[in-house]
Amino acid sequence: MKKLKLILPFALALLFSSYASARDQIKIVGSSTVYPYSTVVAERFGKSGKFKTPVIESTGTGGGMKLFCAGVGTQHPDITNASRDIKSSEKELCAKNGVKDIIEIVVGNDGIAFSHSLKAKDINFTKEQLWRALASEVEVNGKLVKNPYKKWSDIDKSLPNFDIKIMVPPPTSGTRDAWNALVMNKGCTKSAKSLFDARKEKSHEKACETLREDGLAIEAGENDTLIVNKLAADPEMFGLFGYSYLLANKDKIQASGIEGKKPSLESIQNYSYPVARPLYFYVKKAHIGVIPGIKEFLDEYTSTRAMGDRGYLGDIGLVPLSKEKYTATRNAATKLTTIN
Amino acid sequence: MTKEQRLQKRYSAEKRFKWYGIISICMALLFVALLVTKVLSEGTSAFVKSTIEIKLNFDQTALNLPEKPTTEDLNAIDFYSFAIDQILKTYPTSNRDEEKELIKLFTTDFEFEVKDFFLANTNLLNQTVSFKITASSDLDQLHKGNYAKNISEDRRKISNYQLKIYDHFIQNNKITKVFNVYFFTNGDSRNPEIAGIGGAMLGSFFSILVCLIISFPIALLAAVYLEEFAPKNKFTDFIEININNLAAVPSIVFGLLGLGILLNVFELPRSTSLVGGITLALMTLPRIIIPCRASLKAVPPSIREAALAVGASKVQSVIHHVVPLAMPGTLSGTIIGLAQALGETAPLLLIGMVAFVVQVPANPLDPSASLPIQVYLWSESAERGFVEKTSATIMILLGFLIIMNSIAVYARQKFEKKWI
Repeated sequence: MKKLKLILPFALALLFSSYASARDQIKIVGSSTVYPYSTVVAERFGKSGKFKTPVIESTGTGGGMKLFCAGVGTQHPDITNASRDIKSSEKELCAKNGVKDIIEIVVGNDGIAFSHSLKAKDINFTKEQLWRALASEVEVNGKLVKNPYKKWSDIDKSLPNFDIKIMVPPPTSGTRDAWNALVMNKGCTKSAKSLFDARKEKSHEKACETLREDGLAIEAGENDTLIVNKLAADPEMFGLFGYSYLLANKDKIQASGIEGKKPSLESIQNYSYPVARPLYFYVKKAHIGVIPGIKEFLDEYTSTRAMGDRGYLGDIGLVPLSKEKYTATRNAATKLTTIN
Repeated sequence: MTKEQRLQKRYSAEKRFKWYGIISICMALLFVALLVTKVLSEGTSAFVKSTIEIKLNFDQTALNLPEKPTTEDLNAIDFYSFAIDQILKTYPTSNRDEEKELIKLFTTDFEFEVKDFFLANTNLLNQTVSFKITASSDLDQLHKGNYAKNISEDRRKISNYQLKIYDHFIQNNKITKVFNVYFFTNGDSRNPEIAGIGGAMLGSFFSILVCLIISFPIALLAAVYLEEFAPKNKFTDFIEININNLAAVPSIVFGLLGLGILLNVFELPRSTSLVGGITLALMTLPRIIIPCRASLKAVPPSIREAALAVGASKVQSVIHHVVPLAMPGTLSGTIIGLAQALGETAPLLLIGMVAFVVQVPANPLDPSASLPIQVYLWSESAERGFVEKTSATIMILLGFLIIMNSIAVYARQKFEKKWI
């Protein structure tokens, strides 16, 4: 009896460790932007009955990469979702931990909609106007000043005469990263960039991306549903979030034009809408054959009925890839081509 | 100031103070009422779902079955095409797009609903029966009045053509609301109409069970030792201070501990309720030790002395007399500790339980979510159907918390001995 008591914990520990090595379920981590698409594919994949439904965690792109690159072995995830492509520093981390063969799959495109209530009048912005509305410091008459604009009409007479109020996602969000790269940096005027450089405090990218902190750019947390409800209630408020949210709530909110373009399937697909970006996921090649179903999962994800022009991912807001890009990504998925 | 005036002033100060108290209570009640009404008004509709009644004709030839079908034949039936054929009979369509729009009014799971129904009632072969298929979330939301109808078509999730079909169904009394069993039995899903909290409830149950099994005995033994056996010196004082500190440590810290030790060192499987339970146990432990010690302390020394006087050993006096008498307080402390653990999300975030899990967990080693995490995941989802589901899950969670806390209060009042 006494011996049994001594052995029991070890037996349990052994049981757990043997369980850990015998995982028969795909594990996915990563971006919250790609999460809705991956979950839909996973659910369908599970219903086909041959494999278990993959478990998907929403950890954010950066957090997902960290977990993904932690090593090879069943205790590490097989796939990570990303709302941007893998950084070279992350590739190094992966390589250091023995994760060498990585397959990159481009899922589709996503646009960021700058939206407001349906009750408000339709407006068109330029990137520079949006930068001026959001930046912490702007240049006026050749000098850098703290953002002086309180109303939209202060920026440009053609814009409406009410207070600037914009709900923005938190700095950890991939949406914010994309917005920074595509709007804040591109909208930042040349003279402002050279002034930032002349000051030599931080790079002009950083300086252009810094948001104003006087309460007019409101950090809203990751909860996009909340932003939608706020926008619907206040016609003077603007918010930015992924295209799928716009699609799901088109009875409450509308997108403003940016540089004369509105987000739509076509404009996001051919990148004529200026705030469009591709979404990715990355697969550990070493896990194929170890964890059952990865190959089949890739096949389902990149099939025409999922990713194609009339695929089910399109129904929930993913913008399909153009023909050439689709062929490339389908090839990567079937031939398991790795990036280096 | 005269004596009377001073007296008057003290009286009015007392009256004012009483009013402050009443106002504070009213404010607290107002906030609770606001929360409850919001959750109730949004969430109650999630307990019913809309169904569409259709006629199923289980014709032998339509099902491609031989004369005397075996079980294998039955399982091999292509229910997808069969169900679509039956659905298309409900409304005349003229082209592929219209067919697609009609099919979209039904749940994406229609194939499985028909399959399960037929395989459970194989005697219905060659008969026609009416069967209620779950409606799609969009139709469900429309039927519950959560979608506006009077806006232009491109702003609606439901097209004009689908509205026409909907009106046709309504006129023929095809759409009925029934109790939503899926909500309690299913796991998570991306389709709101078939998403449920079954998986999350079981995940929470397993976590709390693991938490109880680990934390209760350890906490009780620790409390008994510290209270009854430990010498009072600087070292035990130091331990006491640390237990009190631990009880106040933010829960996310225990999540980091779980991540660092349970997942990285012991390599326990991620996203499982076993790891969740152990992490929650670490968090709950000090929160149970403190009430346990308090209730042990409340047992009067005369009990111990009487036991010792008739020749009981120290251990006997504690196990036979002190601990049973302290049990009501100990148990209620444990239940309240577990109730806190039930509502906890932050530590579970770090050990991977914030995950999309479709399969309902069968044991603590299966990946699972928990109730508060389900609330978080659904509140983030774009689909309108999840709004009511989020509130309904909050209602269930609140219900569990109220039950647990009432048991704690009841146990304390019913069994606690009053020492005079």
